[in-house]
Amino acid sequence: MSVLSPSRDGRRPTAVPSARTAPSGRARRAGPRVGRPGAWWALPALAFFAAFAILPMGLVVYLSFTEWGGLGDPRFIGTDNWTRLVGDPAMHRAVVLTLVLSVSSWAVQTPIALLLGVWAAGRQRNRAILSAVFFVPLLLSSAAVAIIWRALLDPNFGPLAQIGPLIGMPGLDLLSDGAAAFGVIVFVTAWQFIPLHMLLYQGGARQIPASLYQAAEIDGAGRLRAFWHITLPQLRNTITTSSVLMVVGSLTYFDTVLILTGGGPGTDTTIVPYLMYRVGFESYQYGYASAIAFTLVVVATAVSLVMVRLTGFGAMRSTREGM
Amino acid sequence: MTPPQRTGTAAALALLLMTATACGGSGSGSDSGDGELNVMMYQDTLAVVQHNAAERYNEGADVRAVIDEVPGDGYDDKLRTVMGSGEAPDVFFNWGGGSIEPYVEQDMLLSLDDALEQNPEMEEAFIPSVLDAGKIDGVQYGIPLRGTQPVMLFYNEQVFEEAGVEPPETWDDLLSLIDTFNEEGITPFALAGNTTWTQQMWLQYLVDRRGGHEVFQRIQGGDFEGWRDPAVLWAAETVQDLVDRGAFGDNFASVSYTEGGASALLAEGRAAMHLMGSWEYSTQLAEAPEFAEEHLGYTTFPEVPGGEGDPAAVVGNPTNYFSVTTEADSAAAVDFLKQTYTQEYVADMVENGEVPVTTNAEELLDNSPNPEFARYQYELVQEAPTFQLSWDQALPRTAAEPVLTEIDRLFNGQTTPEEFVDALAALQ
Repeated sequence: MSVLSPSRDGRRPTAVPSARTAPSGRARRAGPRVGRPGAWWALPALAFFAAFAILPMGLVVYLSFTEWGGLGDPRFIGTDNWTRLVGDPAMHRAVVLTLVLSVSSWAVQTPIALLLGVWAAGRQRNRAILSAVFFVPLLLSSAAVAIIWRALLDPNFGPLAQIGPLIGMPGLDLLSDGAAAFGVIVFVTAWQFIPLHMLLYQGGARQIPASLYQAAEIDGAGRLRAFWHITLPQLRNTITTSSVLMVVGSLTYFDTVLILTGGGPGTDTTIVPYLMYRVGFESYQYGYASAIAFTLVVVATAVSLVMVRLTGFGAMRSTREGM
Repeated sequence: MTPPQRTGTAAALALLLMTATACGGSGSGSDSGDGELNVMMYQDTLAVVQHNAAERYNEGADVRAVIDEVPGDGYDDKLRTVMGSGEAPDVFFNWGGGSIEPYVEQDMLLSLDDALEQNPEMEEAFIPSVLDAGKIDGVQYGIPLRGTQPVMLFYNEQVFEEAGVEPPETWDDLLSLIDTFNEEGITPFALAGNTTWTQQMWLQYLVDRRGGHEVFQRIQGGDFEGWRDPAVLWAAETVQDLVDRGAFGDNFASVSYTEGGASALLAEGRAAMHLMGSWEYSTQLAEAPEFAEEHLGYTTFPEVPGGEGDPAAVVGNPTNYFSVTTEADSAAAVDFLKQTYTQEYVADMVENGEVPVTTNAEELLDNSPNPEFARYQYELVQEAPTFQLSWDQALPRTAAEPVLTEIDRLFNGQTTPEEFVDALAALQ
C-alpha cells in the first residue's frame, strides 16, 4: 500500500496532504474544524478492497496449487503448476514480450503525453478545442478501439489495401508480421492511453508557480531552458505517478491483443495476460492460469515498488522545494 | 487508481470463477421429474430443425421438450459452466470426442448403449462411421443430430477458366497450380490464419493422406508419442514448404474466417482455392449468392506422394451430437432422440441445406437447395472409409489449445518442423 500513498510511509510527522493536490490551501480555512479522520473511516473502502481484491487473490493462490477444469472439485497437486510455469517456453516468450511491451509503451507514451500535457496547460488559441479532441480516444472502450484499428489495418479489405499501392507498398500489411503487429499494439494502446497521461501532466504543469518562469525570464532563460530546468524538475512526481500507471497498466493490456491480433501471428503478441486467458478460459486449466495470474500480480507490485523507490517518490515532501 | 489496476487481472479471473459457479445456467437449469426436458442447443439458423422436432415431440409426450438456444461464440464455455454448477441440461448439443470427454470422466453423461440395444432401428438409422464418432472408449454417448461437415477443397471456377487450368488431382498438380496462380497475382489458397483452426485442416489432411487414419487415432487415444510418427513430421515440412512457395499469399496471418475474410477472397477471385468445411457453401450462399450458385467449385483433397492413407478418407466434423446427462429422465430423453432420424426431421434438414447422416436421406436429397452439392457430399461421406473428427474437437481442450498454438507457430515460421513435433509430443 505504501506505493500508493506516499504520505503514509511514516517519514512525515503530520498528516499534511500533498501540496500537489491541495488547491492552494484555501480549503483549510473553510468551515469549522471537523474531527480528524479515524481509522474506521477507511472501513468501507477496505471492505470493498477485501471483497474484490484480497479475497479473489487468495482464491487465485489456492487455485494455483490445484488442477481444476471447472467440473467437480479442484484437485490439490502441490507445486506442479509452479514448476511447470518456470519451465514453460510459452511463458518465457510471454514474459519477454510483456517486458518489451511495458518498456516500449512507457518510452512512447511518456514524451508525447508530457509534451502534450505541458502544451495543454498553456493559454494558446484553440487549446481547449484541441485538448478536447485529443481526449476522445480515452472515452472509447478498449474493445471499440481495437475493432476500429483492426478494420483500418486489414491488409485485404481495409483502407490500407487502397493506400498501400499509392505509396508504392502494395503488400503493406502490419498485422501478419510479428514485429509489425507488436508495433501496432504499442501504437494503438499509446493512442488510447496518452490522453489520460496528458491530463495528468496538464494538471501537474498548471501547479507550477508562474513566478518561477518570471524569475527565469528575468535571468534570460528561453522557453527551452525554462522547460528543461523548471517544468521537468517540477513535474518529477507527476512523471513517477504517470510512469507507474503506464507500466502497471501495460502489464494488463488484454482486450487490445485479443481483438487486434489474437496473440498472433503465431505467438508473436501473446503477452502474459493473454496467455493467462488462453490457458484459463480456452483450455480450462484454471489452476495453471491462476499461477500465471498471481505471477503477474507479484511482478506488477514489485515493478511499481521498485519504480517508486528508485525515483525517491516516497521520500519527497513537496515538489516545490524552496518555495 | 492503482490497486484495481494491478490486481485487476487476478480479480477478474477470480470473479469470473465465482460468478461462473454462482449464476451460470439460469434458464437451462432443470430437475428430473418437473415435466420438462431441457435441451441446450447451439444457436444458429439451422436450429429451426430442432425446434420443429421439439414441437412434434411435445404433441405426443407427457414431458415437454424445451429448446434453450445458446449463442455459438460462448457455447462451449457456457456448457462447461452449467455442467460444473449442478444446473446441467437434460440433453445438449456437442461435437463428440474431446468436447464431451471431460463430462464422461465426471460420470455426468448417460451411456446410450442400452438405448441402442432396445431400439435397433436407432443404430440402423445412421451411417456407421458417423455414429461411431459419437463413442468415447467404445461406449455410445452421442446421437447424431445434424448434417455432415467434411472438409473439402473449394475453388473459384471462373479463376480456373481464365487461367486455363483444372482443379488439382495429384500433389504435383497442386504444386504447379501454386506457381501458375502466383504468376497471375492471385493467391493460390485463401487461408484465414487469424482463425487458427483453419490452418489445422491442412495438417489434418496431410497427416491422414500420408500416414493413414491410424496416426491420429493413436494420438486421440492419449498416446502423444504418436506425434513422432514420420507422417506428422512430413506434414509439418510440407506446410512450411507450401508457405515458402507462396501457396497462401503474404498476409494470411491477418485474415479471419469468422469475419468472412477468406471466403470473400475466394468469391472476389483474389484467391483461387480454399480448403474449408462444407459449411463454406452456406457461407458463400449468404454472402455472395451469385458466386455460390454459378462459380463455386468443389473437389477432394488430392493424394500425396508416398501416401499410405486412403485418398477417399475425409476429415472434418462428421456431425454434431445430442448427449444425455444423468440428470435427465432417461426414458423421455431417449424418446426425444428418436426424433433425430424421423422422415420429417431429415426432410427438414435437407430443406435447410444440410446433408443428413441418416441412411434414409438419399432419396430426399433432391429437395436440397443445391441437390448436386448435397449428393456429392453425401457420397463423399458414405464412401469414406474413415472420417477423422477435427483435432481440436477430438482432443480434450487442455491439449487442443496448445496444439492449435503450435500449428499457428508452424505456419508463421516461428518453429521448425522438428521443434513442432517435439512440442506436440511434450504435451500432457
